[in-house]
Amino acid sequence: MAIVEKVLEVKDLKTYFYTEEGEVKAVDSLSYYVAKGESVGLVGESACGKSVSSLSILRLIPYPPGVIVGGEILFQGKDLLKISEDEIREVRGNHIAMIFQEPTTSLNPVLTVSLQLSEALQLHRHMDKHTANEEAVKLLKLVGIPDADKRATDYPYQFSGGMQQRIMMAIALSCNPELIIADEPTTSVDVTVQAQLLELIDDLRSQFGTAVIIITHNLGIVARYVDRVNVMYAGRLVETAPTDVIYSEPKHPYTVGLLGSVPRLDLPRKRKLYVIDGLPPHLARLPVGCNFSPRCRFAVDHCREEKPTLDEVGENHLSACFRSGEMKELAAKERED
Amino acid sequence: MASNENLVEVKDLFMYFPVTAGVMRKRIGDVKAVDGVSFNVRKGETLGLVGESGCGKTTTGRCILQLYKVTGGTVMFDGKDLTKMKGEDLRAQRQHMQLIFQDPYASLDPRMKVGDIIGEPMLVHHLVSKNEYKEQVDDLFRLVQLEPYMADRYPHEFSGGQRQRIGLARALATRPSLIVCDEPVSALDVSIQTQVITLLIRLREELGLTYVFIAHDLSVVRYISDRVAVMYLGKIVEITGSDELYDNPLHPYTQALLSAVPIPDPVVDRQRKRILLTGDVPSPVNPPSGCNFHPRCHMALDICSEQEPEFREVGSDHWVSCHRV
Amino acid sequence: MAEPITTAPIRSEDVRKRRHWFVDLFTRLWKEKPLATFGGIIVLIMFLTGIFANLLAPYGFNEIILSDRLDAPSGVHWLGADNLGRDLLSRVIFGARISMIVGVAGAGLSVMVNMLIGIPSGFFGGKFDIIMQRFVDAFLCFPPLILYLTIMAILGTGILPVILVLGVSMGIGQSRIVRAAVIGIKENVYVEAARAIGVPTGRTLIKHILPNIMAPILVVFTVGMGRMILAEASLSFLGFGIAPPTPSWGGMLSGTGRTYMLQAPWMVLWPGLALSLVVYGINMLGDGVRDLLDPRLRGGLGRYGAVKRKKPAEVTS
Repeated sequence: MAIVEKVLEVKDLKTYFYTEEGEVKAVDSLSYYVAKGESVGLVGESACGKSVSSLSILRLIPYPPGVIVGGEILFQGKDLLKISEDEIREVRGNHIAMIFQEPTTSLNPVLTVSLQLSEALQLHRHMDKHTANEEAVKLLKLVGIPDADKRATDYPYQFSGGMQQRIMMAIALSCNPELIIADEPTTSVDVTVQAQLLELIDDLRSQFGTAVIIITHNLGIVARYVDRVNVMYAGRLVETAPTDVIYSEPKHPYTVGLLGSVPRLDLPRKRKLYVIDGLPPHLARLPVGCNFSPRCRFAVDHCREEKPTLDEVGENHLSACFRSGEMKELAAKERED
Repeated sequence: MASNENLVEVKDLFMYFPVTAGVMRKRIGDVKAVDGVSFNVRKGETLGLVGESGCGKTTTGRCILQLYKVTGGTVMFDGKDLTKMKGEDLRAQRQHMQLIFQDPYASLDPRMKVGDIIGEPMLVHHLVSKNEYKEQVDDLFRLVQLEPYMADRYPHEFSGGQRQRIGLARALATRPSLIVCDEPVSALDVSIQTQVITLLIRLREELGLTYVFIAHDLSVVRYISDRVAVMYLGKIVEITGSDELYDNPLHPYTQALLSAVPIPDPVVDRQRKRILLTGDVPSPVNPPSGCNFHPRCHMALDICSEQEPEFREVGSDHWVSCHRV
Repeated sequence: MAEPITTAPIRSEDVRKRRHWFVDLFTRLWKEKPLATFGGIIVLIMFLTGIFANLLAPYGFNEIILSDRLDAPSGVHWLGADNLGRDLLSRVIFGARISMIVGVAGAGLSVMVNMLIGIPSGFFGGKFDIIMQRFVDAFLCFPPLILYLTIMAILGTGILPVILVLGVSMGIGQSRIVRAAVIGIKENVYVEAARAIGVPTGRTLIKHILPNIMAPILVVFTVGMGRMILAEASLSFLGFGIAPPTPSWGGMLSGTGRTYMLQAPWMVLWPGLALSLVVYGINMLGDGVRDLLDPRLRGGLGRYGAVKRKKPAEVTS
């Protein structure tokens, strides 16, 4: 296998929150990487640590109560956890850009769109006002805002949700970042707009070679727009593999369950859904063994006593389950029952 | 399962919300949330209502239940015209038709114990005697897979999925024949969604319920519904059986909507034809002329912008409004 | 296809700690708002003093010992005596009773009036609301002191007229607060849910609206108590409030108190001090209660800020 050029590498990241209820292990021993020009998916349900882990990358964890307790975040060879506050600020706008779920709250309502865009350009790319304004319009055109030159002087509220999200993307792109983190970028928009936005991200990725991390709970989005999938559960990475592999041969029971639990348009309507019982564990009171063991259909005694490590189960394929090896047979048997 | 008898008959339903301006509250226009919609819901079936936000699906659901005073049209429920009822008559009807809400957090009174929340419908409709009350509430808890001992807890002590079940138990308390489910799972996590969907299906079969299932997630709607109506800008553009709709979508909007939903399997997904719609949904205050989908339609002709297509039956139980079909 | 769904039962550890919101309010007040707790203690002391005045006061409030006229504070009269030889400590203690009664009853009445106008006005809205609010607007245009004096002149002095006048007028004046709260609450989905279920309007108001506006009502009540005590003191000072010899802090400051201020400064010092301390305490308590109950008015994320209070689920999602 060719040596990949890693844009970002997260090693053994631990982000804990200290609350009244005790130590909350929001992200625990998380390791993954993103290669140049690659699109990586971070998948999981709410409170699985997917958002916290991406906020940790930019050191945006509110303190108190959150603390990054350990690990390394290597970005272009530098450990983002060790650099100064000024340096991280430089990284935030210039090298890693973030697109949030709620465009309405991420844009300043009293400033025009072009002003917000050109401000970023003047600050980070040291452009003069005139060039910045021209560049702003160019960026708005790039993200598909119709009549960009006229609409640049509009205020955010004059745009629809989907358009606002495009503007957020324009701001994210304004500094030619090496990495874009999109945190549930399409949760607040409709399916047809979602398709437009994700196509846009995909185009930009192929055009500029920007690496992308897409954080989502939607398995369909992952299947369509992501090269490699990281599945998280209760703060930990449970499985990681190239997209095609994870959908055809999931090795972790949580991934198996997640894939079986969503209704699909292409399968018979009366198909029985796979129900994952119970609730995710409270992060301050995690089980001794595997975090998923209380809800797992295949859990054995071993799973309740010890936490499984993330082991290689195939090429580029890691899974944190003691029974990864037998998963294919187990899942098949489960389907028959 | 579904019989041929109609439980709900909606005819030419209009729901306009006035847009006012100035001190005198002058009416300067209308938000045409529901703009002439007709459909039937058969006894025992589940009718799915899908569409993007602002298409009027939620308003249609609310109009069936007469939570808004409709602008025009009739809603027949079990042979009675609800739009002509008011006051105490309408209130009495409410025990036969219930609503489940999207937001499991906002739809439960935070200052009320969940036992009281679930029991309230029985009390206000005088359906139980004092000594049966507790037992009935306990039964409802079990029906939605919660434990009766939780009755004196407050809503904030429950997770989203559990709250949605409390909402469901409250809706079931009066033994209604119709439940309008307004995006009941869209606020929940994937694994919890499946739990609630499976529960909804089981209850439908056990209790012989009729659902109007409103959602934007087409995969979920297809899974639970017998028939599906697709809405766009206050109008139904296509209505037919679930399988037929997904196997043979005729309206270009339905086609685009279906193709926009990625299938969680990369191999299958790559083989699908994709139609990418451009632009946004126009404002319901000023809908486009003719067929209101024509500005975004990939197969629009001149006639589409001039003349409104007729809503007609093109196959067995398959209705669509498009000039190109 | 009735398939069994096995949903894991909810275990007790899945459920967050449960406390009644009122208990929760007090624990938080204790933990997060030291100044408000201090205010609360002052209020509590005043209440206890007022309730047990008979037991605490060494003399009767109108017990005249002519030989002790204008006595300075001493072992016999800890706070001194007034121009008639009445023990000032006893009079201040009995004054606490008057302030307590006026404060609680007046604020209670004003809350009642407040709800009577605010709840229907907010809930039904429309024409009813417009008419009600124009009436309130007109009322607010009247200078309050002149209004009080006019009505008191008609009704005569005494504790009951004072409570009545102050309670009703302040209640009308503040009805906007409850009205605004009701408007906020009625937009909630659970109010719509009540309608969808078929809950009659009256029951909706009592069971769903009222418990949810308890927070602003509590704030109106605490803040109102302080204003009420001050207003009573002002009225009594002007001679329109509580008639002598009943000791009211405001009354003690006026008349003879003023006349003898230079010879016997303790005659005005103690009631004045008691009045300021109690009102300050009530205001501190009221501020604290409002900060805790109404997050929009809460200060920055400082030492007692919101971040610390966030539930882990909200932080991690």
